[in-house]
Amino acid sequence: MPETTKRIISLTINGTRHEDAISDNLLLVDYLREDKRLTGTKQGCDGGECGACTVLVDGQSRISCITLAASCHGCDIHTIEGQAQNGRLSAVQRAFHEHLGTQCGFCTPGMIMAAEGLLRRSANPDDDEIRAALGGNLCRCTGYVKIIKSVRAAAEALQ
Amino acid sequence: MSETLPGFRLTQPESVDQAVAAMRAEPDSRFLAGGTDLIVNMRRGLAEPKNLIDLNGIAELRSITQDVDGLHIGAAQTLREIGEDEDIRHRYCAVAQACDVIAGPGHRNVATVGGNLCLDTRCLYYNQSHWWRKSNNFCLKYKGDICHVAPVGKRCRAPFCGDLAPVLMVHGAEIELAGPDGRRRIALADLYEEDGADHLRLAPQEFIVSVHVPPVDAASVRSGYAKVRVRGAIDFPLAGTAVLCNKHDNGSMVFVVALTGTNSRPFLLGGVDPVAPGQNLDEAFDQLEKLVQKQVSPQRTTTTAAHYRRLAVAALTRRLARELAADLADG
Repeated sequence: MPETTKRIISLTINGTRHEDAISDNLLLVDYLREDKRLTGTKQGCDGGECGACTVLVDGQSRISCITLAASCHGCDIHTIEGQAQNGRLSAVQRAFHEHLGTQCGFCTPGMIMAAEGLLRRSANPDDDEIRAALGGNLCRCTGYVKIIKSVRAAAEALQ
Repeated sequence: MSETLPGFRLTQPESVDQAVAAMRAEPDSRFLAGGTDLIVNMRRGLAEPKNLIDLNGIAELRSITQDVDGLHIGAAQTLREIGEDEDIRHRYCAVAQACDVIAGPGHRNVATVGGNLCLDTRCLYYNQSHWWRKSNNFCLKYKGDICHVAPVGKRCRAPFCGDLAPVLMVHGAEIELAGPDGRRRIALADLYEEDGADHLRLAPQEFIVSVHVPPVDAASVRSGYAKVRVRGAIDFPLAGTAVLCNKHDNGSMVFVVALTGTNSRPFLLGGVDPVAPGQNLDEAFDQLEKLVQKQVSPQRTTTTAAHYRRLAVAALTRRLARELAADLADG
C-alpha cells in the first residue's frame, strides 16, 4: 500500500472551529462520523449515488462519501446536527416532521441538507426546482411526494 | 468505517507549472479535479495512484471569459458554474443543457469540465466492486485478458459516457493541454479514440488547462442536448446526442451532430448533407436518423439492450434537430 501523509486541516463545522491532523486519503464522511462522532450524516452507497451523506460545504450540497476531507480545509461545513438550535427544530426539520416527509429516516439527513441548500439560495422554489435540488437523493421508502410537500411547506414557513 | 481509499499523498499545486512539475516528480500520480469519477473508481479498486495532484487550487483553471475569439472555460470550472452562466445559457444552449442534467446537484457543485471530458469509460463488467470483478476473472479493461461484452474481440468496448464532450464538439471546441513538453492546442474531437481501455489521446503526464469555443451568432445558430438514461438524475447516459443547427443567409441549413454513450469515444456524425433552401426538412431528419443508427455502436455494456440505445439515440437526434430547426424558423 502506498504511503499516506498527514496534514492539519482547519475548518468550521456547524459554527464551531475545528483543527485536526488527518490522513490525505480520509473521506469527509469518515472524518465527520468517526473523528467528530457526527453520525447523523449517513453512509449509504459509498459511491456518490444515493445522497444519504449529503452535507453543506460553503453553502452548497456536497456528497461527503466522495469528498476528501483534506479538500475542505478552510471551509464552512453544516451537517444535520447543526440544524436544530436550542432544542428547536429548523424549519425544514419541522416541515419533514409535520408533513410526514420521513419514513424509515435513513435518507432524511441527506434530504434535509439538500433542501436546506436549496432554500438558502432560492427562497420560494417551485416543485420542479425542489425535484431538481433533491435529484441526487434517493428514498427507498418511495416517499418523494411527501418529501417535496415538506420542502414546499418549509419554504412557506420561512417566508 | 466505510470502504476506505487506498493510501496516497495529496499534492495541491497553485500553478500549471507546479502541477506539471509535481507530475514529473511522481509519474505514478493522477490528476484530481472534482473527484466524482476518480474517487469512486479508487474506492472500487479501479485505480491506485501513489499521489493525487489536486488541480482545484490553480487560479488559471478557474475562469469563464468571452471575447472576439469566443468562449474560454478553465478546466476546473464546475458544471454548476458553467450551467448558471447567462451568456452560455443564451449562446451555447447545448452546453448549459448538458451541465444541468449531469449526475445530481451534489456532483455538479464540484465536478469540472476538464474532469467530464476525461471521464473514464464505463461498463457493466468494470464499474463493480473488486470482489465482483475478481470473481469474474476481471476484464480486458483492468487486470484481465478477456472482454466479457465481446469475448472474441481484442478491444475493450466500454463506452465513453461524458455529456460535455458532444455538446462542445458540435460547437467546434478546442482544448489546451499542458505537460512536460509545454502546451499545445488540439480539436476536442482529436482527444478521443475508439478503445475503451485507452480512450484518451493525452501524452503521458498531460492534462487539460482550458476549453475554447468559437463565437456563436445567436440569431442563426441553435444547439441542444438530449439523452436517455434509466432515472432522471444521477445516472450516466445510456446514449446522448448533441445537435447544432446553423441557418445561413441564403436559407440553407447545416446540422452538426455528436454522440456519446454509444461508443468508446464521443464522435461527430459523418456524412451529414447540408439542407438546401426549400428542401423538405423531413428528408434531412430521415437522413440524420439513419446515419445515427448506422454509425453508433452500442454493446452489451449496460443492463439496457444495445438495440434500444441505438434506436433511442437516433430518435432523440431526429426530435432535437426538428425542434432546433423549428426554433430557428420562428426566429
